This record gives sequence, C-alpha cells and structure tokens, in this order.
Amino acid sequence: MAENRAELNRNLAQMLKGGVIMDVTTPEQARIAEEAGACAVMALERIPADIRAVGGVSRMSDPKMIKGIQEAVTIPVMAKCRIGHFAEAQILEAIEIDYIDESEVLSPADDIYHINKRDFKVPFVCGAKDLGEALRRINEGATMIRTKGEPGTGDIIQAVRHMRMMQSEIRRLTSMSEDELYEAAKQLRVPYELVQYVHQNGKLPVVNFAAGGVATPADASLMMQLGADGVFVGSGIFKSGDPVKRAQAIVKAVTNYNNPKIIAELSEDLGEAMVGINESEIQLLMAERGK
Amino acid sequence: MSIAILALQGAFEEHAQMLQKISVDSVFIRNLADWQAYISATDGNRALIIPGGESTAMMRIIRDENLFEPIREAIISGLPVFGTCAGMIMLDDLHLNVMDIHAKRNAYGRQLGSFSTDHEVEGIGRIPMTFIRAPYIESIGPDAKVLSVLDGNIICAQQGKMLVCSFHPELTQDERMHRYFVEMVKKSE
Repeated sequence: MAENRAELNRNLAQMLKGGVIMDVTTPEQARIAEEAGACAVMALERIPADIRAVGGVSRMSDPKMIKGIQEAVTIPVMAKCRIGHFAEAQILEAIEIDYIDESEVLSPADDIYHINKRDFKVPFVCGAKDLGEALRRINEGATMIRTKGEPGTGDIIQAVRHMRMMQSEIRRLTSMSEDELYEAAKQLRVPYELVQYVHQNGKLPVVNFAAGGVATPADASLMMQLGADGVFVGSGIFKSGDPVKRAQAIVKAVTNYNNPKIIAELSEDLGEAMVGINESEIQLLMAERGK
Repeated sequence: MSIAILALQGAFEEHAQMLQKISVDSVFIRNLADWQAYISATDGNRALIIPGGESTAMMRIIRDENLFEPIREAIISGLPVFGTCAGMIMLDDLHLNVMDIHAKRNAYGRQLGSFSTDHEVEGIGRIPMTFIRAPYIESIGPDAKVLSVLDGNIICAQQGKMLVCSFHPELTQDERMHRYFVEMVKKSE
C-alpha cells in the first residue's frame, strides 16, 4: 500500500512535466494562472519576493486561503510547509492538498531533520542544489524534486548552478564502474540503491523541475535545455508588468523550449519583468536552508 | 507507421517509450509547423495520441498555436486518435467535440483519490490501470461503445477510430492498450 502510494505520487509529478507551476496568493490569481495554461498552482500568502522584502518568520499559509484557491481552480494545488514542520504538513494533508512543498522559502522549523515524508499519503516536492540533497530528499519520501535556485530574486544564476551540478553528478555516476558506486554512495551520503538507480538510468528516479529565479521565457527555455522536466515560476509572474501575457509566454516557452524562433516571438512586448536582485546583493541565501 | 503524440504538456514521453517497446515510431507535435510536417511527410497509417497532463494547459496551448482546428478536422475526417486521462477530456463534447461523450474532470477527487487496480477491458482482457486525478465518462451517445466499466463508471470507450481511457496504460509495463490502438490504426487503412 505504502509503495503503491509513492508510485501514484511519482505518477502525478509525471503528469506535470512540460508544464509551468505558478505561485499565486489569491483565487483571482489562481484563475489567471489556470487560464494562462499553468499545470498546477502553488498557493501561498506571500510570494518569495515579498517574503524577502518583509523579513521575519515565514510560515505555512492560512488553510482557509488555500481552500479558497482549491475551490477556484481544477488543476492541482500545491502549498508550502516549513522544513521539518511535520505538523504543518499534517494540516495540509488534512485539507487534501495535491502536493506539499517542504520549502526553504519559508523559515525552517528544524535545522537537522527533514519531514519523514514516507509517513504521508499526499506527495512532497523538495528543493535540492546537488545530487546528494536530491537523493536524500527522495530517500525521505519526496516524489518530486526541484532546484532550489534563489527564490524571489528574478536572478537565474543559482537555478542554473544547481541544475548543472545535478546533471554533471548524474553523468559522473553513469560513467562509473559498479564497484565504484559504493564509495559514491558514501560520499553523497545516500543509500546505495538510489545511486545504483541513477547509474543505470542516467536520471533521478523522480521528476525534476527548475525553480528559483525564472522570470522570462528565455529563462524557462534555458532551464529546460539544461535538463529540467518543467519549471516553477514564483515571483516572476505576478511581480511583472503584464502577468497574463508573461504567464502565457512562459507556458508556451516551456513547450517549445528548443525552438528559438518561437521563444523570440514569445519574448516580444512582455512589459516590465520583475525588477530582480542580483545574487551578490542579497543578505539571505534561502538555498542554504535544509541540506 | 509513425504515430504523432501531442507534446504540449504532460506525460508524452511515456507514450513514445511505450510505442518504442512495440516497435512503432512516434513524433512529437509541439506546434503547428510540427503538425504540418507530420501530415505532409507521412502517407497512410497516420494516427494521434493525446497524453495525460492538464487539459486546461493543453487547451490553452492548442488554441494559441492554431492547432485546434487542424487537429479537429483531421479527426473528423477519420484520423485514428487515442486519448488517455486528460486526452479523454480533450476529445469530449466540451473540448475538441469529436466524440459523443462527456467526461467528468477530477471525478475521483484530488490526489488522495488517485489509485491503481486491475480490471477488464472488452477485447483486450484484464490489465493494470493507474488513475491519477482521473476523469470518467459521465454520459455517452449511441455511436460510442463502452469497453470498460469500473464501479458503475465508464472508464474506457471507443467510437469508430477514436479510443479513450480514464487511466494511464503508458505508466504501466503492459502494452496491450497500445497494441490494440495500433491494430485499430492498421485496420483503418
């Protein structure tokens, strides 16, 4: 039964592939996202750019607000809980959320332990910045992975760094001989079986999305070409000048990520992109939370 | 034979892998140019698979890419088509409106309602079925034939050369649904 549940949860992530998951804070934004072609929405009270601006402790959103978004759309609804905060996750499961993001965007609740995600029936997505983190989260029960990137910045550099790191570590494992895998497992601090899976299949055992800093159709295309199965767009849409147009453009950019002519057309007249903060200008590196 | 797979969003790669297992070529359709190339390059034995994913996302892109009318016309003029999950919704009366069915979206509720089982499909046998936030057919016209009913709900049907199912055969190791469709395409020649 438990194994079957994990399989079904991995399967839902497969259905999201080639799609865009958008951060929304109101039912109205959720409807705009769905109408624009989002394959899922992430319900949260404040988008990462505002969390960054406001500061202080950032927690799971009000369940009532999340329910309002669940009622507004027919696509899957995700919501975030703090790293290690299994009680928040239990609440999200109780309101039948489709996917929980155990997220470094919120203030961590536990600086050692992540949630034992195998205890839950609802699926979890977790952030990772390298292969070791990704496989540790999968071992804890995550059925979908995303790069951490650097949320709320509109700066793509960290997402690129994390995706490139994961892909190069995957390629390294793929080329190893069988007897080298045990040492690789030790260095990555993950079970041998997961290392063996990556070695044999040349990919993670779950779907892997890009997240944290995607702001333009070109950013989405870049991440897809680097090997992402789809993208999360957080602050990039509703912090921009023309959210509807930008949302539609990013959706289509993910479908046609390897067609520069189409991406060029999609990039025209999008209005102001979110202002963005450079990596070197920020105080708080969310990607450093939860390893 | 080469089968087109609508690759706008969702689990289209899984269908390609399934077809590869039964030695059938496939091509991804992401935009109008891909579709036109497929239609002009392939003679005879053409067919289309519409995969699982989110039907609202697929509808948005299919309209914006001007694929809606050409695909609808091709199906009406006899192009064999196979829709799984969201693909079933795409073929119903409220979407491409080519099949005499109405699909109920998220008929089993949210992800906690997703499940897998083994069940009988007429003409195919007992196969493993994976339902992910799945639809079922709420009403069906006289031209369409019911191929499988689970707990009183229609989960698989065929109308001429159009085949739909609520579940995801492409997520299992059992290729009989795909073989059934490929045989259908061959017969339609």
